Amino acid sequence: MGQILSQIKNGESAVVRAILESSLKVKLMEMGLVEGKKLEILYRAPFGDPIAVDIDGYVLSLRRDEAQLIEVEVQNSATS
Amino acid sequence: MKIALLGNPNTGKSSVFNMLTGLRQHVGNFPGVTVDKKTGRIEIEGKSHKLIDFPGTYSIYPRSKDEEVVYKSLCNPESENYPDAVVVVVDSSNLERNLLLFTQVYDLQLPTLMVLNMTDLAAKQNKTIDIDALQTLFPEATIVSSNARVKLGKQKVVEALASFRERKGHRFQQELNFAAIEDIVAQEQETKIRFEHIRQEMSTIERISKKTVPASRGIDKILVHPIFGYLIFGVVLLIIFQFIYAFASVPMDLIDGAFANLSGWTSSILPAGLLTDLITEGIIPGIGGVLIFIPQIALLFFFIAILEETGYLSRVVFIMDRLMRPFGLNGKSVVPLLSSVACAIPGVMSARTISDWKERMITIMVAPLMSCSARIPVYTLLIALVIPSETYFGFMNLQGLVLFALYALGTLSALFIAILLKWIIKTKEKGFLLLEMPDYKFPRWQNVGITVWEKIKVFVWDAGKIIIAISIVLWGLATFGPSDRMETAAAEAQNEAMKQNLDEESTNRLVASAKLENSYIGIMGKTIEPVIAPLGYDWKIGISLITSFAAREVFVGSMATIYAVGDDSEESRPLIEKMRSETYTDGTPVFSLAAGVSLMVFYVFAMQCMATLAVVKRETKSWKWPLLQMGYMGILAYLGAWITFLILS
Repeated sequence: MGQILSQIKNGESAVVRAILESSLKVKLMEMGLVEGKKLEILYRAPFGDPIAVDIDGYVLSLRRDEAQLIEVEVQNSATS
Repeated sequence: MKIALLGNPNTGKSSVFNMLTGLRQHVGNFPGVTVDKKTGRIEIEGKSHKLIDFPGTYSIYPRSKDEEVVYKSLCNPESENYPDAVVVVVDSSNLERNLLLFTQVYDLQLPTLMVLNMTDLAAKQNKTIDIDALQTLFPEATIVSSNARVKLGKQKVVEALASFRERKGHRFQQELNFAAIEDIVAQEQETKIRFEHIRQEMSTIERISKKTVPASRGIDKILVHPIFGYLIFGVVLLIIFQFIYAFASVPMDLIDGAFANLSGWTSSILPAGLLTDLITEGIIPGIGGVLIFIPQIALLFFFIAILEETGYLSRVVFIMDRLMRPFGLNGKSVVPLLSSVACAIPGVMSARTISDWKERMITIMVAPLMSCSARIPVYTLLIALVIPSETYFGFMNLQGLVLFALYALGTLSALFIAILLKWIIKTKEKGFLLLEMPDYKFPRWQNVGITVWEKIKVFVWDAGKIIIAISIVLWGLATFGPSDRMETAAAEAQNEAMKQNLDEESTNRLVASAKLENSYIGIMGKTIEPVIAPLGYDWKIGISLITSFAAREVFVGSMATIYAVGDDSEESRPLIEKMRSETYTDGTPVFSLAAGVSLMVFYVFAMQCMATLAVVKRETKSWKWPLLQMGYMGILAYLGAWITFLILS
């Protein structure tokens, strides 16, 4: 099922399905957020924003606004 | 040969730059943008070459105005920064993402060297990179691995620089043409195609034997914790400020004393005259006024560099971002604003890490409203003068409360002005925060040292010129007066002193006071009296307002000169007595509660610091911002002081 990155809970893994159209789209892609990329939500800052995400072993923090631009698919198998 | 140094942020690019060039670095400008251009010289086989450090980017296509220099320099052979060869620093632990920029640069057909950096980190994550496979993929590139943080591989890199491979037209992405700078759609397409291609190749280049969870993840649980995170940050700040206040004052007093002695000594060996006065009262104190800031700049950047090197700074940004956003600021504004509590100069300079132009400008514009340490002498003098030392509830001292209120007023107005600027400043780019949070590392002392050195150098050379020029102007205004007014006044003062049978020191003070009163600054002080009278100030305060544009603490010294008392800031009793007994012609005291508090409020707001002005000019690369800043702070100071005076009198 398709979801938005900002809705994913801490500790869950997901695969990027699409980046929504916006002026930040290329920027997000350049940071490694491309279709098919696996990521894990690590933790959130106090007040739930920004969000820290593990992408291939590096940690990217992004604001909710930016996370809302990323469509993902949650991976059900609880992989670490 | 001109060699460009490129790479993603956090790849250790600056470590590589420092490793190769050491202290032979020079900071200059890229045309039209605010980022600094760092160049250094490297010796290769007996020949000196120029290494240009470009801003860290994820792609050659710019996402901000400052990043445009990469595209404009690399894609335009006419550019003065068009390189003869390119070094791309690549983070081995994060190869896939790093290869995007590398393949773009490789396809530009310039001789290219790949420095596979941070090999220790890759090893820790159990990632092995097959260099032969990488070489097959990029046959015309030279590839070396290094670990610049521990200076491993310097020799290899230098040797590789001597053996750039000739380009014969091989490309990673055969069919792609480079997109125009504004063609976002084509750039998006290109990014997609490149990443797809890179991903196909990754399985042959990189092997991951076993996935590991870095220790950073455990530490982060505490450092970004909703309670402990802020608590720890508070403690870190406390320690830093303790250090700054404990250690900066010693060298600052030394510099202050040394320059006072130098002035005295110089005037004793040079023949009396205008030129001597210019040197001893204009130029030497001017240079002293520049150097006096070095201890604070050095200490603050020493700590900031450590926070940055260890990776903790990005966690601070992470936990503070949400709190700062309503004010049009971002998490990265926290360090500049807090540094400004010690001194706005390093504060403004440290705003350079804010990549978003609007958020950076807002941070710079409001930073001087944070009450800096130079306001302390002014505050303490005025508080002692007009605020009674009363204690409430057994522990709340009224004087302490007023001091706290002044700091709070500065901070709150900084946040308020930030909100206003958020609405006023318009940009096309939307603010965003995409921040890498690197793993925790031990700081590299060479990098820390070079950062401190570079900040001092930039301040002394770039801001110093402006500061010295303004000091000379202020000296001129205080030394010269129309026709022979000053001489006449001085002679009268001399006579007066003789009549009163004063000792030599008191006579000199009286003469100095009379001269200042009749100098151009004195006349200016009197001229502006009608303007500042509504704030509760007389012309003597007016003179001190003008002279303390050099630096706020000069106010105390100026008041001492005008009132012809010894300026000993440690023991300002005689000055306070003199100021307290000062009355208007109708007998009312000049320094009433209303006037005193009004003056404090004035100093909370007013941009009474030529050094900050000079640094803002340096950092924004234009006179527009510092002048706007001085203007709005002046208006705020005037209105704030006026309202205060109206309410209290």
